[in-house]
Amino acid sequence: MSRAETYAATGAAARAPRALWSLGLLRNELLTTFRRWRTLALLAVLAAVPVLVGVAVRIETGGGDPAGGGGGGGPAFISQITDNGLFLVFTAFAATLPFFLPMAIGVVAGDAIAGEASAGTLRYLLVAPAGRTRLLLTKYATVLVFCLAATLVVAVSALATGALLFPLGDLTTISGTRIGFAEGLLRALLIALVVAASLVGVAALGLFVSTLTGSGIAAMATTVGLLITVQILDQIPQLHALQPYFFSHYWLSFADLLREPVYWDDLLRNLGLQALYAAVFGSAAWARFTAKDITA
Amino acid sequence: MAPYGSDGSTTGGETEERGAGRRRAARYVVPVTVMGVAAATIGLVPALADSGDPDLPAISAQRLVEKIAASDTQRLSGTVKISTDLGLPDLGGLESGLMSGAASPSAADGDGGSAADPTAHLTELASGTHTLRVAADGPDRQKVSLLQDAAEYSLIHDGTDVWGYDSASNEVYHSTVPAAGGSGDAAGGRRGELPATPKELAQEALKAVDATTSVTVDGTAQVAGRDAYRLVVEPKQKDSTVGSITIAVDAKTGTPLKFTLSPAAGGAAVVDAGFTQVSFAKPDASTFDFTPPKGAKVTEGDETGTGDTDGTAAAPRATEKALDGGKGLVGGKGLDGAKGLDGAEVIGEGWNAIATFDTGTEGLPTADAGGAFDGFLNSLGDQVKGSFGTGTVFSTRLVNALLTDDGTVYVGAVTKDALVEAADAGK
Repeated sequence: MSRAETYAATGAAARAPRALWSLGLLRNELLTTFRRWRTLALLAVLAAVPVLVGVAVRIETGGGDPAGGGGGGGPAFISQITDNGLFLVFTAFAATLPFFLPMAIGVVAGDAIAGEASAGTLRYLLVAPAGRTRLLLTKYATVLVFCLAATLVVAVSALATGALLFPLGDLTTISGTRIGFAEGLLRALLIALVVAASLVGVAALGLFVSTLTGSGIAAMATTVGLLITVQILDQIPQLHALQPYFFSHYWLSFADLLREPVYWDDLLRNLGLQALYAAVFGSAAWARFTAKDITA
Repeated sequence: MAPYGSDGSTTGGETEERGAGRRRAARYVVPVTVMGVAAATIGLVPALADSGDPDLPAISAQRLVEKIAASDTQRLSGTVKISTDLGLPDLGGLESGLMSGAASPSAADGDGGSAADPTAHLTELASGTHTLRVAADGPDRQKVSLLQDAAEYSLIHDGTDVWGYDSASNEVYHSTVPAAGGSGDAAGGRRGELPATPKELAQEALKAVDATTSVTVDGTAQVAGRDAYRLVVEPKQKDSTVGSITIAVDAKTGTPLKFTLSPAAGGAAVVDAGFTQVSFAKPDASTFDFTPPKGAKVTEGDETGTGDTDGTAAAPRATEKALDGGKGLVGGKGLDGAKGLDGAEVIGEGWNAIATFDTGTEGLPTADAGGAFDGFLNSLGDQVKGSFGTGTVFSTRLVNALLTDDGTVYVGAVTKDALVEAADAGK
């Protein structure tokens, strides 16, 4: 145990080793998470979505007709893909953000604590002098890293597919103005970050659910179930007074980054809402986890 | 071990089993507090931000109206929120179909034209709440964008070109107009003004100012972070369905910033259009540059603008007509919806003006559409009787229309009784 040695060696100064220890814990968590077949399968599914969309659009427009002609159906931006492969990135986010991405987050977040509990490894983790709060924070950080990784996987896969199948170049914003390809790439990156941040709320919710049960499967199912329920409720017009408080309500606001000038209102509302969910469910998870009897 | 000692959350619960229950419950205070603080912030911040109307020197209504007239704001950009509640029956898609049919004869043909045709989009404004972005730089360059979910519909006027771009379907509509300076006709003059702004609505309302109208200044307000005077225009005639029109006028530039039309019957405003953000700086020149994206389907104005007999551009006209949905209701003089129909004449004056025209058919003009549809339309209206005979009154929150059984239509922003009186007098 190298971190134990590190710890013993610098035991006199309390702060530095604790930080190191946390980093070591985080690194371990990350390695464990990203080495799981389950995680890799989730990422592979996410990477496949843009490829599928790209190939479908390519086949459909093989004759030269623009996609989605007249109807404007399908995910947002799909009609622009044929002219500029960069739009595949935005289409991929519009296609994966409502379900695939949060589902993957729900699986990883739901598994975070409950998975350890059902595998019987949670008590061993707690034997180490980490403290429950720090363990919870590490778990949450791992889930957040996974959010970012999942989003970037979608973005990179979409960009690669788009570059292979379609021309790249200057793009027309949805406001009708033109921006250069470099700025387009920058906006795509910004959009990826916003999409990753949009998942912070689901991650906190999943973590909280994960502290409630000792069964990893139950936690994942509950989180994904909640996600679907909220998505359905968000479509019911009679609930419009409640909808601004659903974590998924402003998800598609990432498209506002493609307006010229950028329309910040909904973007900021989305980020604020995600921060609120993270604070409420994060602290609820803390309250639950630090007071819980660990039996497994 | 230091980490143990300082990290209170670690093992406290396990070592002191007895008193742990209370401590466990106490931890849940944190999430509850966070939620409470958030709820309080959401509830209180708008209220605090709203506090206090600005202190401005008193101004007479006359001076304020002059100020609006003298204002020549040429450069502006901002975000406009427009809410319209005309009280039309909720017919979903059918409604917009009917509205666009009324706004432009060419759209009624059902020619399946471009999705970027301005008519279809701008009539959306006739109901619900929408966010618009406007930018203007002199009479030659303006842009209006209707913000939609992950898409936008933009209408760009740049010199002699008018472009409509619908990003959802990636379709482009193009037509040309004479340069604003060269054209002296009324349409050209109007095109030179700011499009779709509270200013245009306000000017339309002020046209109706005469003996039948009272105009007062009612305090001040903050609109889009700017100090503004509130100008209240009220009809003196009791038959009008218009309760009052409130116009917030920017104290510095005289530009109307917010326009609210309240019905006499009370309730929510019928039209509420105002800037939520505004800047009087020169907009970025690239705002008005438009090149159709590669591969986008471009429809030339002439292809769809079959209804434009006078040869002017369809786009600005459609814009105006779409706005007339709200504007035409403003003053009795502005019943543009009726104006377009042949043989319309106006009875009465000021706010009580009623437009009347003969549909040339017996009863409902849709009689040829079959009895079922007939009955459907009848169910939307109320049957009325008078010395003129019988007819059907169709009501909205602002405009009422009487269709007599012999095919005469009376439309106006007046009460039902006033319509019946007008019909009686017409016999």
